[in-house]
Amino acid sequence: MMRFILPLVIFLALAAFLFKGLSLDPREVPSPLIDKPAPAFTLPQLHNPKKQFSPQDMKGKVWMLNVWASWCGSCKDEHPILMDIAQQKIVPVYGLNYKDKREDGLATLRNSGDPYTLVIFDADGKVGFDYGVYGVPETYIIDKQGVIRDKIIGAVTRQNLRERILPLIEELKKQ
Amino acid sequence: MKHLLLAMMLLLPVSVYAGEARDLADDPVMERRMINLAEEVRCLVCQSETVASSRSDWSNDVRQIMREKMQAGATDQEIKDILVERFGKSVLFDPPVDGETIPLWIAPFVMLLLGVAALFYQLRKRRQTVPETQLSDEAQKRAAALLNDQE
Repeated sequence: MMRFILPLVIFLALAAFLFKGLSLDPREVPSPLIDKPAPAFTLPQLHNPKKQFSPQDMKGKVWMLNVWASWCGSCKDEHPILMDIAQQKIVPVYGLNYKDKREDGLATLRNSGDPYTLVIFDADGKVGFDYGVYGVPETYIIDKQGVIRDKIIGAVTRQNLRERILPLIEELKKQ
Repeated sequence: MKHLLLAMMLLLPVSVYAGEARDLADDPVMERRMINLAEEVRCLVCQSETVASSRSDWSNDVRQIMREKMQAGATDQEIKDILVERFGKSVLFDPPVDGETIPLWIAPFVMLLLGVAALFYQLRKRRQTVPETQLSDEAQKRAAALLNDQE
């Protein structure tokens, strides 16, 4: 009996690993910045270049930092979801307009709606680099102490929002 | 094959020219050093390509940042550390052997050991399950009688 069970068990284990491998995305590199303080910076705002923004201003609040650009295709996919988050006032969403032209970024927000509490303008992508951005969109969830608690690489989906983002935000708000 | 090679060689000067011409003129020694370092860094937006060979936007940025850090006097190791800090160890093609990556290095040997152990275990068990049959004197006589009978 053992003669049949053992190979079967080995086969099933191998199949399980391979099956898991099918759904892993090699492009999704886990960020080493999770559970580390959000890197400090000071950048001008998109709408008003004279005004500055710095993540230190957000101490004591749970917030989302969404990296986007007018040239980014999948940013359009997550746009309606961000609009929902903003309308339901779940959490303040701050935009980081990454390697964009100011006019283009502003035009995108004018045309399709502005889900952001405030948009930060990162023209040369230096702040994006410090945050480990390599594909846009990327979304960071930052807690009251200013620590990055999660990072979503690629567009936020409804499923992502329900299963991963909302539970985490609820938990962080209680802290 | 020969034709392909020829075609590639003909294209080579074009791609070199199209590359980082402006920066090469800036400081060829540093550019050389930057490319050497970029050979060790993985382009995260393209699979299995180095930052040195990739033409993606992200790789362009990383090369530019390497130049800036080098100009500011950073060592190669410092630049690597900066990249690992932001993008994780997998950004290096030759990640360091440490607490996190050691399982990957020793797992094959552990599996080999397990396989050898299982083989020896099976061989020993087989020897035990097929014992040599010891005949009693009486059974020996009967067997002999039967055999003799047939002659």
